[in-house]
Amino acid sequence: MNDERDDRPLGGSSSPPETEELEDAKGLSRRSFLKGAGITVSAGVIAAEGLLETASATAAETKVAGPGPVAITLKINGKEHSLELEPRVTLLDALRDRLDITGAKKVCDRGTCGACTVMMDGKAVYSCSVLAIAAQNSEITTIEGLAAEGQLSPVSDAFVEHDAQQCGFCTPGFVMAVTAYLKQHPNPTYEEVTHGLGGNLCRCGTYMGVREAALDAAKRLSGGRA
Amino acid sequence: MADYHWPPADKRFLIGKSFTRLDGPAKSSGRAKYAYDINRPGMLYGRMVFSPHAHAKIKSIDTAAAEKMPGVRAVVVMFEPGKEVLWAGQEIVALAADTEDQARDAARAVKVDYEVLPHLVSDLTPEKAGAGRTSAGSEAKEGDPDAAMATADVKIEGTYGAGIITHCCLEAHGQVTEWEADKLTMWASSQNVTGIAGEMSKALSIPASNVRTITQYMGGGFGSKFGADPWGPACANLSKKAGRPVKMMLERDQELMEAGARPSIYAKVRLGAKKDGTLVAWDSESWGTSGPQGGGNPPIPYVMRAPNRRTKHTAVLTNTGPGRAWRAPNHPQSCVITMCALDDLAAAIPMDPLDFFLKNIEFTGERGKSYHEELLKAADMIDWKKKWRPRGTQDSGPVKRGLGLSIHTWGGGGHQSNATCTIHPDGSVEINIGSQDLGTGTRTIIALVAGETFGLPLSAITVNIGDSRYPASGASGGSTTVGGVSASTRRAATNALNELLAKVAPYLDAKPDDLEAAEGTVRVAQDPGRAMTWNQACAKLGATPIAAAGQRSLDLISSGVGGAQMAEVTVDTETGIVRIEEIVAVQDCGLVLNTKTAESQVFGALIMGVTYALYEEKLMDEQTGLCLNPDMEFYKLAGLADIGKFRVHMMTGPGYDERGVIGLGEPPVVSPGAAISNAVANAIGVRVPTIPITPAKVLAALEGASGTGRA
Repeated sequence: MNDERDDRPLGGSSSPPETEELEDAKGLSRRSFLKGAGITVSAGVIAAEGLLETASATAAETKVAGPGPVAITLKINGKEHSLELEPRVTLLDALRDRLDITGAKKVCDRGTCGACTVMMDGKAVYSCSVLAIAAQNSEITTIEGLAAEGQLSPVSDAFVEHDAQQCGFCTPGFVMAVTAYLKQHPNPTYEEVTHGLGGNLCRCGTYMGVREAALDAAKRLSGGRA
Repeated sequence: MADYHWPPADKRFLIGKSFTRLDGPAKSSGRAKYAYDINRPGMLYGRMVFSPHAHAKIKSIDTAAAEKMPGVRAVVVMFEPGKEVLWAGQEIVALAADTEDQARDAARAVKVDYEVLPHLVSDLTPEKAGAGRTSAGSEAKEGDPDAAMATADVKIEGTYGAGIITHCCLEAHGQVTEWEADKLTMWASSQNVTGIAGEMSKALSIPASNVRTITQYMGGGFGSKFGADPWGPACANLSKKAGRPVKMMLERDQELMEAGARPSIYAKVRLGAKKDGTLVAWDSESWGTSGPQGGGNPPIPYVMRAPNRRTKHTAVLTNTGPGRAWRAPNHPQSCVITMCALDDLAAAIPMDPLDFFLKNIEFTGERGKSYHEELLKAADMIDWKKKWRPRGTQDSGPVKRGLGLSIHTWGGGGHQSNATCTIHPDGSVEINIGSQDLGTGTRTIIALVAGETFGLPLSAITVNIGDSRYPASGASGGSTTVGGVSASTRRAATNALNELLAKVAPYLDAKPDDLEAAEGTVRVAQDPGRAMTWNQACAKLGATPIAAAGQRSLDLISSGVGGAQMAEVTVDTETGIVRIEEIVAVQDCGLVLNTKTAESQVFGALIMGVTYALYEEKLMDEQTGLCLNPDMEFYKLAGLADIGKFRVHMMTGPGYDERGVIGLGEPPVVSPGAAISNAVANAIGVRVPTIPITPAKVLAALEGASGTGRA
């Protein structure tokens, strides 16, 4: 199955990234999920069957969640958080507005720019395009979870070293994208990194540094494993 | 005694070396808090209702239903009924609710009754726009262009230009506001942390001393974030009404519709030269739009100015979102118009454009020698003489390769800046400045200058910026920040140091004039063995720190820089797709303080340049008056795979360093559009007259279609 974001054909402007097909542990593909969610959100209720499976493992097949707040639990950076929120709330808004976890940034808010990238079960996702209710039962890692406060993960450190940031607003998303990418591709080439990080956009123009940082981080990480 | 002047090359301790940015760890670990990230107890979320019409009279505004929506705590009407909105996206009502989704729901419940009026959103020539839609710009004449044109052996005529693009800052415009009694705190995404405090106080009719603005980090401005904007006071008013803090950031669609636009500029150009390449005359009629307010006069002809010239500019008034200063205002567009016309003239002679530019270098004025050196350096880096071939002499096959060049300029100088420097008895050092770091590396530069002054590493300096409570400093625009803050820091730090030296001199049995601070010590300059460590010296202060002030002064900075860029592209003549192979950039900016962040600035400018040369354009629909691409799927920014290979060379050393510090934010973003357009023309043998150079325009040019494509 060739459905990870880092394997899809990319190319920023010349070929806008397609909506990725992401398979979670329950076998719910992101595309089918979004289709269901899109229809039901506009009708004011969330009733897609696939979503219910994720929302509550014990839910009856026809049970409708919302539109009012529902109780959910999210496991973020190894810690469980209980929340009451409307089913339409995205994972990004839940993180930023309810939990004050603000490393993931809100920029395009529709799955184009990658500034909101977090990991779900080790894979990069755009958190603006995942509903919080659907992120239950997944291990969510945000940039804050990569290293303790005051410390830097090898990827973050490489970003500093190679000046892969200017205003820094796209940086956390890029750091998460690189971190997830290197899990799957520990020894990428220059061309592979160029291709694999096409799902994130920067306005200041830090790509030169980002590419160097990704390659350097790969060396540091594989060096650490050896 | 220490003096203010920058140290000579052999005495520099930190200046000109390469340092990672001080706020790099905070940003790359996601811990940096931007205005968008500020969450306050009990905070509400603001949302604005904006006009769906490009031009309409507002007959009535009814917020009653919205006020009853779940979670809504405050509503503020921002627009007076009876007045006209002049672009789609103009804000009318602001409201605040407990959650973002509730605010969005409530915004939909606001009823606005519009009388829709005729609009113009197309980017037209003044003739097509009509008399009521234009405003006369400047007209100028130098020498005798008609007589000179009559003596020209080679003449060309063409239309060139650049469409409207937006700023598309990744952090949207906006702020968080919070009142404590009659005192306002505002966390804003701003390029002007000192200045917007005053603007807010005026708009809210409260004393300026009651307003505190904070911008610790900001996610891009590029010239679009100088003001408090209508949403600043509206947010504060919502906050006041609700008695709660309010966060109101623009959503992406509104950000692209109204919070930033670079005006379009086009020109019909006639240009003539002698057959040896000597430029004799320029004649242009230019026009463009920056929305309803007209717009400025482009500096045409740009940098290389024919001795006899006539220019005339007309602004076209449209119902698109208003223009804002965009990184090097008017320069990239003027550069495209001028450098592309010059390149076409060189091709018509025919002459290698490099030889043509060198031949006419005197027409660049007083910086001709620098341009000459920079062109030769760039040519060497890209191997111009080996690679360049005349237009129309390409190999067979659908993919064509081409080279193009451009030169540019910018001012710089330094904005007004005040700094205070505190040396504490424990040896720690603080610099306070009411400036902001846009991502250009301002914090790091301030620490570097202070460290240089005290002979201490960057890590020994605490830099406090991004707060209107610190000494007043100017807006970060026009590449003036580094000049402003480096000069004020240098003077404040030197003043503080001289107080310290006076205090310490008796303990070293020396006169203050004989002392210096270097290598972590305070010592006798001629007898470095007589020394005490920095901390020992500071301990002599007893209980009272030294606090000294400094102001930007012109002796430490300069204005006026140049640069040359050359691009190599490949163009697929079957699909029209342009690929950047390589761009080389040669740039001067006086005394370079931090080599690493300086190079990052140039790399970033080249990437932004590739983006506006090939991809980005604000597309307007004449039928509906709406922007067609207020999102990031169709308002295209270059991705990592689009940028090609870049190399940067900074002109430093004798002839450059002694000019002092000059800003670098804008100059390197000016040339990429022209250099890339010229490379495309060289590759395919015909000119694509306007940027962005989209595949459709390339194919149209190849088919022999003429005109601007949009005019």
